[in-house]
Amino acid sequence: MRVLSWLYLALMFGFIFLPVAVLVLFSFQDGRLPVPPFNGPSLRWYVEVLGDRRLMSGLMNSLIVASLSSAMALFLGFLAAQGLARYRLPGSVLMRAALIAPLTVSYLIIALGLMSLYQRAGIGLSLWTAGVGHVVINLPLCFAILYASMGEHQRSAERAARDLGASEVQVLRLITAPMLAPSMLAAYFLAFTFSWDEFIIAYLLTRFDVTLPVEIWALLRSGLSPRANAIGSLVFLVSVGVLIIMELTVFRRVRR
Amino acid sequence: MSAGVELRDLRMSFGSFTALDGVSLSIAPGEFVVLLGPSGCGKTTLLSILGGFLTPVAGEVLIGGRDMTRIAPKDRPTTTMFQDYALFPHMSLADNVAFGLRMRGMAKRERRTRAQEMLALVGLPEAADRYPHELSGGQRQRVALARALAVDPQVLLLDEPLGALDLKLRRQMQDELKAIQRRVGTTFVHVTHDQEEAMAIADRIVVMNAGRIADLGPPREVYLRPKSLFSAAFMGEINQIPGEGQGKALHTPLGALPLAANGPATLCIRPEAITTAPGPDLLPLGPARLLESAFFGTHHRAHFAPLAAPDLRLTAHLPQDAEPQPGMQAELHARAHVVLEGRA
Amino acid sequence: MTTARENRLGWGLVAPALAWVALFFALPFALMLGLSFARLEGRVVVQGFHLDNYLRFFTEPALFRGLIVSLEITAIVTVVSLALAYPLAWIIAFRVPRRWQRLALVLAILPFWTSYVVRSYAWLLVLGQNGVINRALLSTGLIDAPLIMSATRFATVTGFVHFFVMLLTLTIYANLVQLSPNYARAAADLGAGRLATFRHVILPLTLPGVMTGAFLTFVLCIGDYITPQILGGNNELTLPQLIMMQLGRRGDFPMASAMAVILMAVVTLAYLACARWLRMERV
Repeated sequence: MRVLSWLYLALMFGFIFLPVAVLVLFSFQDGRLPVPPFNGPSLRWYVEVLGDRRLMSGLMNSLIVASLSSAMALFLGFLAAQGLARYRLPGSVLMRAALIAPLTVSYLIIALGLMSLYQRAGIGLSLWTAGVGHVVINLPLCFAILYASMGEHQRSAERAARDLGASEVQVLRLITAPMLAPSMLAAYFLAFTFSWDEFIIAYLLTRFDVTLPVEIWALLRSGLSPRANAIGSLVFLVSVGVLIIMELTVFRRVRR
Repeated sequence: MSAGVELRDLRMSFGSFTALDGVSLSIAPGEFVVLLGPSGCGKTTLLSILGGFLTPVAGEVLIGGRDMTRIAPKDRPTTTMFQDYALFPHMSLADNVAFGLRMRGMAKRERRTRAQEMLALVGLPEAADRYPHELSGGQRQRVALARALAVDPQVLLLDEPLGALDLKLRRQMQDELKAIQRRVGTTFVHVTHDQEEAMAIADRIVVMNAGRIADLGPPREVYLRPKSLFSAAFMGEINQIPGEGQGKALHTPLGALPLAANGPATLCIRPEAITTAPGPDLLPLGPARLLESAFFGTHHRAHFAPLAAPDLRLTAHLPQDAEPQPGMQAELHARAHVVLEGRA
Repeated sequence: MTTARENRLGWGLVAPALAWVALFFALPFALMLGLSFARLEGRVVVQGFHLDNYLRFFTEPALFRGLIVSLEITAIVTVVSLALAYPLAWIIAFRVPRRWQRLALVLAILPFWTSYVVRSYAWLLVLGQNGVINRALLSTGLIDAPLIMSATRFATVTGFVHFFVMLLTLTIYANLVQLSPNYARAAADLGAGRLATFRHVILPLTLPGVMTGAFLTFVLCIGDYITPQILGGNNELTLPQLIMMQLGRRGDFPMASAMAVILMAVVTLAYLACARWLRMERV
């Protein structure tokens, strides 16, 4: 029974990592096609990718859209969570449902909806219009995460601080913010990841300046290319690196 | 039917931490034994080993005369009542209680009948089709007991089952546990850190400390004639006066007392055994000054400083109708005492 | 007790988020709904209340087939992913030593951090005619001609399953780990073997979490455009692919909107079924 478990674990991990392994391996391909046999290793595709103006601008655009839209989603989500967690408002159940609703809707549908809106309003497509869509998909997430962590224990701590003479600003700065910091960080990180990786909204709602997934898509239209491997591996390795750094700094501190 | 339990030189460690350091114990069939001790003393570890959830590093577990040391829980004639009850939330009470019977292949109708019987035994006769989340803590307790008893185990293991209940409910459940045990006659092994609870229900108390048995015996024995300094202090409040034994006399800060002892020893006296009224066969403790006292309903709890040893503190229970005044002097005597080897 | 002033403050805090959702989610959806009843005449969109688009969808086999294909693929993906993920989550939760569990979990979901587009593409490299699997099988002589694996439903399902196994492993693991260990102990104590414990105790207790995961899988899978587009080939198209075709090739926004509404309706039905089931289970 034990042996079966470990065997299954190994098989599943094999399955899970197979495409990633192939992707990374053939990003070092010294040849035109990212398929066996493997010649190499060669860094030429990474060099090409890093020098590819379109890919790099796509990457930059993705970073900008992700960081800004996630910040906006976090901001709106934080305010809403505070409002609903602190004050007993009528219809709060409905409001909460409304804020979480976009989570169950396909991104394609959200994109189509926004296209209708922009068309009607005569707004041209750009990174901003896509960013708006990203806020729509990430706001429910940020709200849900923050609302769940604004519990009774946080409010008692604030009450105690006020009782000991702290002003509202001090309470916010010294009690609320540090207590919520881990959830805020987690929410931002998650939102950033979703926005960074998001394709269909970015594809339909941008025109000239596009995000990285859209650029990669264009790259793929022209067939298999180690360039796609290179940019994919680059994104993967950088993401993993960021994850490791965050694990060692932020999450460690939180766990203490 | 119930069985006796024999534990032989059990040893258990987790990494570098020794949880049990050579524990041997004999439990008679039908006995209600309580394992008592502070956190970390090994009582829960011992219970887990009895139940089969842990395998000891060394030693043997015999139940009903058969070696069960390495047998899995499902094949042992023991059942356990867990601290968090662990009632299956998705099953009705009847299905919960009948679960063990189902595992033994009993037919549906028979199972249900027996489950009803058990629920009636624990005082919940009409609740068969209700669900755990509809019950209070005390009621869930009883269902857990019913479930454990339904399979007619030879030994029932209870892991601090009354810890989550409030005082009144706890006392009530203690009485009920005792009554049910007498009725079904199963051997009960009960773990607790509450010495009052232990005294209320046990036929025999096993006091444990740091992986070893510190004392063993019926409640009266363990309370009045403790065999170790640890159990003396654990079983209730006690005055411990250090001394040096020299054969016929014990030299203490209070003076030389006519007690037989050798080497370092401690004189142990319960607060309720100290009296200010003279009388025959009492051990004289000398004059002392009252520092402070508080009224506890049935008695006054008073702190004295002996004149012969002003740094020493003696706690005494004065009668309800006494009128203690701080600063007053009194002659103290002990009605009962124990001298134990070693120093606290 | 909240005063009127405090209430106003509360409203003020919630308002921006609600406004955003109303303006950029609810309103667009309403507009799209309205558009689905419009008609495309030539290149002009004629507003009004026409059911043309919906009728067309249910009568044109090529279009309706898209819904069937999407439902079939989604059903297969959901079942297969659950069947593969549950044991994996179980092994990580109960077989892997506690110290290594977090690492094992992170490793199991690490490929999440490749771009979604890139990950589907990577499966092309594995399943393609010149891909890794075919090359390996050919070189060892196990087959004579390359197996057709890419541009098939098999490839689409594989791509999806790869993603959802990771997602479900995460959610099921979280569910398993918060079960009190005493449930399993109590069951064993009462005479249940490992299989019986799983069947009567663990499985029922984790079913709500599993159902939620299954629903999530359903929603994400049925609405996905990328994976079928990259891996599925042209022999059969899913509903999202057909929607994109209406947009791209024909510029038929009203039709695309109608099909999107239908997709939304299917998802809503699934949600209602799931919610009702969950409420029944939550005795």
